[in-house]
Amino acid sequence: METYSIFRQIADSWVLLAMFVFFVSCIFWVYRPGARTQYAEAAGSIFNEDKVTCTKNCATCACKTSLDVPHDNA
Amino acid sequence: MDYLKLAMFAVIALLAAIAANFGHDLAYSVHAIIIMLIAGGMFLWQLRQIDEEKPVVDTSGYMDGPVRFGVVATAFWGVTGFLVGVFIALQLAFPVLNFDWSEGYMNFGRLRPLHTSAVIFAFGGNALIATSFYVVQRTSAARLWGGNLAWFVFWGYQLFIVLAATGYLLGSTQSKEYAEPEWYIDIWLTIVWLCYLAVFVGTILKRREPHIYVANWFYLAFIITVAMLHVVNNLSVPVSIFGSKSVQVFSGVQDAMVQWWYGHNAVGFFLTAGFLGMMYYFVPKQAGRPIYSYKLSIIHFWALIFLYIWAGPHHLHYTALPDWAGTLGMVFSIVLWMPSWGGMINGLMTLEGAWDKIRTDPIIRMFVASLAFYGMSTFEGPMMSIRAVNSLSHYTDWTIGHVHSGALGWNGLITFGCLYFLTPKLWGRERMYSISAINWHFWLATIGIVLYASSMWVTGIMEGLMWREVDANGFLVNSFADTVAAKFPMYVVRAAGGGLYLIGGLIMVWNMWMTVRKAPAHLGAPNNAIPAE
Repeated sequence: METYSIFRQIADSWVLLAMFVFFVSCIFWVYRPGARTQYAEAAGSIFNEDKVTCTKNCATCACKTSLDVPHDNA
Repeated sequence: MDYLKLAMFAVIALLAAIAANFGHDLAYSVHAIIIMLIAGGMFLWQLRQIDEEKPVVDTSGYMDGPVRFGVVATAFWGVTGFLVGVFIALQLAFPVLNFDWSEGYMNFGRLRPLHTSAVIFAFGGNALIATSFYVVQRTSAARLWGGNLAWFVFWGYQLFIVLAATGYLLGSTQSKEYAEPEWYIDIWLTIVWLCYLAVFVGTILKRREPHIYVANWFYLAFIITVAMLHVVNNLSVPVSIFGSKSVQVFSGVQDAMVQWWYGHNAVGFFLTAGFLGMMYYFVPKQAGRPIYSYKLSIIHFWALIFLYIWAGPHHLHYTALPDWAGTLGMVFSIVLWMPSWGGMINGLMTLEGAWDKIRTDPIIRMFVASLAFYGMSTFEGPMMSIRAVNSLSHYTDWTIGHVHSGALGWNGLITFGCLYFLTPKLWGRERMYSISAINWHFWLATIGIVLYASSMWVTGIMEGLMWREVDANGFLVNSFADTVAAKFPMYVVRAAGGGLYLIGGLIMVWNMWMTVRKAPAHLGAPNNAIPAE
């Protein structure tokens, strides 16, 4: 058989099946138990940088600058 | 190391000078001179650095320099690309604008690839690189990997744009749509793109967040797939090392199939997957609430990745391509409608409970309009891929209208939204200088797109019907020139719509400039990498 026919045969049998199975299992994987909390955490992760992580409120704390001293970030 | 660099720049400048001398065609020689001048300039700059004390770079925070430059480059190339677009639209309406004195350099045929590449690769590409560098750092809570490699990616990409653009004007093209640059520019882009991939993956690998946020999945799929598409579609053998001409490895219908496999996935992965990466970060950020359904976003990702890659053959209905391949492309295009609308709904529903922001926040309004245009063009596209519809729409201006409702509406508006989000953040400003200017930009752009798309629907369907009209004896009723004459009013409306869009872009540039110069400083913008823990 020439190359084209070999590739064609593999592509529309086993490769097609493998890709379809992978795709369907990806979708089932999303609905696995315990995914909900994990995804909620991931969805909220982009807001982590907005949280003020500095709990120290002394005059000399390094992180204090982000609260009341105007500074140019450029 | 410094001496090594010095020697390298000297050798490159020398080789480029030799190449300029031996060049077989004008484009090649001009490109060699550009490279010679850049390498020479880098040599002088490096020479002045020798034995000087190196400035200490603070590597504790995020690396936002390339992002800032990327934002400026996006705005600059955007306005340039829109300007060229308006000019060629006017050239179609008024052929006299193909001036005699610029014949062979600035006629429609030379400027058209300049327009498409400027808006897709220069405007869109810079937006993608800049936002991906911004997003991957924030979502990974890590500084960009690879030190100055990110700078190389930025400047290397600009060099690619300049070489491609000057090449088009001077007639260097391999005649593949959206892949016109010749072999040495393709090789350069491959190098830059692999460095881009390295920076992006390197940053993800050293992330301090447990999960890779979904926006990064889309960006990564975009970077990897574009690398693959670019390399396969540009397989060619140069005729001479001292000339820009090359010969494609594929020929005939294979070449056509590879070209549209590339061409459609350039739309699918460059203009869709990459921009969806933007959508999944900037829309929730601007709305101040997490994405509507994270599960849906993951299903959206896998469905889009699995389906898009097969849709290319719908560009080749009624050609030498076997029917089964055309049908395959058509079926996958129609199935693709589902994930596209899933993604659109996911983005829009993020505003659930905050719909009032559409009224109060013009940036959110831009994002929402952008998603609406995404939904519209991903419905129109599958419809046009159906063989029967395609027999009417193909080769007409309907296709141009479809492309522009996607490009101006979806890609353009979401990019503007991102620029308005990023500019105050990157330059430490509280907000954009003028909110009402954003409003003006929104309405100018939206009305511009509506004029553009509707005039192209009318003219496209009209010329499609005129081409197939036959009289009682089976003779064609209209000549090609009849359709051209009938299209004139719509061409004028299209140019007007493009003009409005360009004015909106100029207002944005002014607003960005004033924001950096005049807007009040933000109090303590955090620039530190903060992980989830």
